[in-house]
Amino acid sequence: MVARSPGVAISRWAVLVVFALLCAFPFAWATFTMFKDNADLYTVGHVPFFYNSPPTLDHVRVLFADTAFLTFVRNSVEIGLIVVAITLAISVPAAYAIARLTGQWGGKLAMTVFIFYLVPPTLLFLPLSRIVAELGLQDTIWSLVVVYPTLTAPFSTWLLVGFFRSIPRDIEEQAMVDGYSRAGAVVRTVLPLAVPGLFTVVIFTFAFTMNDFIYAVAFISSSNNMTVSAGVPTELIRGDVFFWQSLMAAAVLVAIPVALAYNFFLDRFVQGLSLGAVKG
Amino acid sequence: MSEPAVRRTVIVDETVRVHHLLDREEVLGPVMLSPLMIYLVALVGLPLVLVFVYAFSDATTGSTEFSFVGLQTFQHTLDDPVFRIALRNTVVFTVLAQLIVVVLATVLGFVLSANFRGKWFVRFLILLPWTTPIALSALAWLWMLDSLFSPFNWILGQLHVIDVGTPVAWLGQDATAIASVVALNAWRTLPLAAVILMAGLTSIPPELNEQAQVDGAGFWKRFFDITMPLLAPIMMVAILFGIVATFTDMAAVYILTRGGPGFATQVLGSWSFYTGIQGGSLAQGAAIGIFMFPVLLGVCILMLRQASRGDVT
Repeated sequence: MVARSPGVAISRWAVLVVFALLCAFPFAWATFTMFKDNADLYTVGHVPFFYNSPPTLDHVRVLFADTAFLTFVRNSVEIGLIVVAITLAISVPAAYAIARLTGQWGGKLAMTVFIFYLVPPTLLFLPLSRIVAELGLQDTIWSLVVVYPTLTAPFSTWLLVGFFRSIPRDIEEQAMVDGYSRAGAVVRTVLPLAVPGLFTVVIFTFAFTMNDFIYAVAFISSSNNMTVSAGVPTELIRGDVFFWQSLMAAAVLVAIPVALAYNFFLDRFVQGLSLGAVKG
Repeated sequence: MSEPAVRRTVIVDETVRVHHLLDREEVLGPVMLSPLMIYLVALVGLPLVLVFVYAFSDATTGSTEFSFVGLQTFQHTLDDPVFRIALRNTVVFTVLAQLIVVVLATVLGFVLSANFRGKWFVRFLILLPWTTPIALSALAWLWMLDSLFSPFNWILGQLHVIDVGTPVAWLGQDATAIASVVALNAWRTLPLAAVILMAGLTSIPPELNEQAQVDGAGFWKRFFDITMPLLAPIMMVAILFGIVATFTDMAAVYILTRGGPGFATQVLGSWSFYTGIQGGSLAQGAAIGIFMFPVLLGVCILMLRQASRGDVT
C-alpha cells in the first residue's frame, strides 16, 4: 500500500487483468457471438476467435423484430417503475421512523426488517403462487408488482436508515424550531439531503426486480406478460433449438446498461451497506 | 360578531390536536412504520407460516383443499434419493463457492482499494457477474460451455489435451457439471464480496500499517495481525450475502444444467421448484424448501450478533 515501486504496479495490473478477464469473459464471448452468421458460428472446424465471415446484425434484428424481447423489456420496465414507487412509498417513512423516532428500538427494528430480506424467494414462491392465484392475479404483471416489494422494501429500508442516520438531527430540529411541523421539516430539509440515497434505492430496487427469475417463471405462463429474466431463457429457446446469437444479444443488451447504472451508484451503495451492517 | 370567532377557535383547536398527535414521536413512529410492517407480515410472514402448513399437509397446486398428514410429507421427502442429492449439493456448492470467494475477494478487494487510471472501466468489467440478472448470465455460461462450440474445447483441442473429434461435454458429466455450477456461483457472488471488502480496506486507517512498517513488520505480518482482524467483521457480512445467494439459488442450476446430468446438480431451490410447481405437489415442494431454514436461521443469528457487536463499538 505504501510502497510504490514499478514491480508493485505491474503485478497489480497483472492481477486486475486476470480478474477482469475472469469476470467479463462470458459477456465478451456473448458479444463476440451475437454478430456471427450461422455458417460461421456452427462450423466445427472454424477458429472460434475470429469472424470467418463478416460480422452481421441479422440476429440482433431478429431479436427485436421476430421475438417477444421488446415485450419482455416493456414488462420489466413497467413492473420495475411501479415497484420502485411502492418501495419508496413504504420504505422512506419506515426508514425515517427507524432512524429518528424509535429511540433505542431503532437498531432492533432495522435488524428485524433486514431479517425479512433474508427469507428467500425459493422458500416463499409456493405459498405466494397460491396467494397470487387467490387474488386473481396469476399470469399478469400485477402478480409480480404485488410480490416484488418483498425483495426490495426490506433492503431499501435498511439502506435508507443508514442514509438518514448520516444526516445530522440538528437540521430538521432547527426547521421545527422555525415553525415547521415534523413532516414539513422532513420534506424541506431531510429529503433533499437524502436525494443521493434515494437515487441509490431507486437503482437497486429496479435492478432487483430485473434480477428475479423464480417468481416470474412460477407466476407467469403467457409470453405476453413475461419479464426479460424469465422470457429470454424460456421463450426464446424453441424446443431444443437455441438461437444463440439472438440469446447472447439479449443478455448483453440488458447486462451493459444495468452494470453501468450499478457502477455509477456503487460507492453510495457500499456506503449504505456498511452503515447498515456496522451500526445495525 | 362573536359567532364566527367561536367557530374559528374550534377549527384551530382541531388542527392543533391532530398536529399534536402526529408530532408526538411515540405516535408518529409507528404510523410511519406500519405500511411496511403490514406489507411484510402479509407477504413474507404469512407465506412463511404457509410453507410450514403445506409441509405438514398433502396440498397440491390443483386444489385449494388439503388435509394434514403430520410428518408423512417429510418422510416422503427424506426417502427421496434426489432430495438427498439436492441437500448434499446445496451444502457442498455453497461451501466450495464461498471458499473460493473468500480467497479471490480478498485479493480483488486489495487491488481495487488502490487508485489507478482506468479504475472505472475495470470496476465495470468486474461488476458484470453480480449486476447482470442471473438468468441471462447463466445463458452466457450455457453458450460458453456448449459441448460442440465451447471456446475452451477449441483451445484444449489445439493444445492436444483432448481429441478434436470428441469435445468435452462440460455440462454432460457429473464432475464437470458440478464444477461449472460451483464456478458460476462463485463467479456471480465474487464482485459484491470484493466491493464490500474494498470498502472495509479503505476504512482501515493507513497510520496503523505505516506505524507497523516503521516497527519492522513485513507485509504478511501486517496482513495477518492488522488487516485481517480489522477486516473480519465486514468480511463476514460479505460472505453471509454470498452464502444466502448460493444456498437459496434456483435460477443458476435451472438454466445451466436443469439439475442434470440425471440429478447430479439438483439443489434444494431447483428441486423444490420442479416438485412444487412442475410436479404440482405444494406439500413436497414446501418440505424440501424448509431444509434451507436452519442455515438461514444461522445466518440471521450471525447477522444479529454482528449488529449488536457493532452497537458496542
